[in-house]
Amino acid sequence: MTHSLGENSATVTTSPEGASVAGGGVQTPSPARRPWRGRKFDWRKTFEISLLSGPAIVVFLAFVIFPVFLAAYYGFFSWKGYGPPTEFVGLQNYLVIFRDSAFHEALLHNGYIVVLSLILQGPAAVALALLLNQRIRGRSIIRVLIFVPYVISEVIVGTGWSLMLQTSGAVNDLFEKMGLGFLAVDWLSDPDIALWSLMIIISWKYIGFAVILFLAGLQSIPEELSEAAAIDGASYWQIQRTITLPLLGPTLRIWAFLSIIGSLQLFDLVYIIWGQYVSATAGTSTMATYMVLNGRLAGNFGYGNAVAVVLFVISLVIALVYQRYVLRRDTEGALTEGKN
Amino acid sequence: MATLLEAPTTAGQKLRRIPKVAWGSPMTYVIAFLFVGICIGPVLYIIVGGFRTNAQITVDPSGMPSPWVIDNYLSVLGSGVFWRQVANSAVAGILTTVGVVALGLMVSFVLARYDFKLNGAMYSLFAAGLMFPMTVAITPLYILIRDLGLMNTVGGIVLPQIAFALPTTIIILVPFLRAIPKEIEEAAAIDGAGRIGFFFRMVVPLSLPGVITVGILAFVASWNSYMLPLFILNDELSYTLPLGVQAFASQYSVDTARVLAFTSLSMIPALIFFSLFERRIVGGLTGAVKG
Repeated sequence: MTHSLGENSATVTTSPEGASVAGGGVQTPSPARRPWRGRKFDWRKTFEISLLSGPAIVVFLAFVIFPVFLAAYYGFFSWKGYGPPTEFVGLQNYLVIFRDSAFHEALLHNGYIVVLSLILQGPAAVALALLLNQRIRGRSIIRVLIFVPYVISEVIVGTGWSLMLQTSGAVNDLFEKMGLGFLAVDWLSDPDIALWSLMIIISWKYIGFAVILFLAGLQSIPEELSEAAAIDGASYWQIQRTITLPLLGPTLRIWAFLSIIGSLQLFDLVYIIWGQYVSATAGTSTMATYMVLNGRLAGNFGYGNAVAVVLFVISLVIALVYQRYVLRRDTEGALTEGKN
Repeated sequence: MATLLEAPTTAGQKLRRIPKVAWGSPMTYVIAFLFVGICIGPVLYIIVGGFRTNAQITVDPSGMPSPWVIDNYLSVLGSGVFWRQVANSAVAGILTTVGVVALGLMVSFVLARYDFKLNGAMYSLFAAGLMFPMTVAITPLYILIRDLGLMNTVGGIVLPQIAFALPTTIIILVPFLRAIPKEIEEAAAIDGAGRIGFFFRMVVPLSLPGVITVGILAFVASWNSYMLPLFILNDELSYTLPLGVQAFASQYSVDTARVLAFTSLSMIPALIFFSLFERRIVGGLTGAVKG
């Protein structure tokens, strides 16, 4: 910082460190050499912004945002999917949706899945994360292994589990070998049981993600807090209850948000395991499988799009309400505002 | 802290047991072991089941192979169908990854390092995409892709996959790019590089760790993707592996052993990628989730 730039620094916009990186050989830059912070309208900057962000914006608008508007439009028509839609039916599709008991059932199943996912996975994942947060041997290999179900595809999970859960499959066979034959039931087609089987599979696939997420949250809590509490004589459980869990709150609430949205949109696992038509009779249909079955597969694209709109609105309302009342105090809108 | 705790000899006895092994540690290992077993048991069932014969599976559904046979795996590996689907999945995965990284890096650079009026709005637009998985858009998306003439083409699945991967990508990359010190940018400016020059010479190499994370996430998501190919790819020649697994499972539903072999072979790439880059994937996912 002892070079000739010093006396001219008033005209140089760079910081002293920046100037020193540039080296002593630099003469005083002319004002034209600092184009990045122009006060006037900067054509070059605008051009760069458009060039760099244009492709992403176009692709995003075309394939994420535009389809939602397209669905809203098609949803007002009775339309078989070919040629321009001509038969305007107004809100007819929506009336049919809200009167259809099959849709009510699907909505109810989604409701069960939302609630049961939170209840089944949340406490267990917190307990496991607390357990694995201790200094135990092999923690890194454990972290890898519990994440495996999350990484393999829904098709593999669905194919594997439906083979295992067949009435003459590995699960029932195992129960009988262990003398628990009364537990060998018809996991997939009994409507009283199938939803629980689905919940077992969902929990198996996604609990690893919750545990890993909570572990990351736990590791960001300063150890000094629990050490200080320990010195004051707090027991392990007191520390977890009064220090760790409250500080894990933000992570828990974000996880719950992701879980709720995922449960509302559930499609792959149900469709793979129960196929196109069985999911309704087995009591595992969801709004998304209803949409596909009554929309594309039935050739009623107007109707399918109307169901998509309903699914969209339900998810949006829940997401916004959750953000407004639950997430806001944690993130101050980090998901939607982004500026930190 | 630790030295402070050791010092008082009388209180030390009481304090020492609290932070380290507060719990009967054998119990910890038992529970951890059980949990790991539950997580990988079904995966092992698929892999090991592929080494059995159908007769073995029928007689003893939950048994071990005796003897181990590799015919199922060999027959899958020797089939053109399997390799064609691997190739289709690989092409889709690679194109998706390249597209996501290129578009994502460029737009994240703008969001991270340009001051302009619409910056916040643009970020919100992309971040809002996080809330909506593809399920909501699939029906109109199918019509859009069909009208664009992209049915049964790799473009028909790659373009939407890029679009839907952008929100996560941007949320991971923007903090990375913001963290590049201003001094480096200013130094580059003094050396005569424009922002674009700075982008290619400094930003791309410096953000490599973030780029690897989003690249792997995009590749694995594309490799596993089911719903979009289900709608877009109707021609068996264009099937990717997930569709292939399902088609194989229903076509050879009596040949359970071969279905298991096919299924376990199809998960290998995702597992390899994951075990190689576990830290980055987990770090990226948890980082993205926490905003």
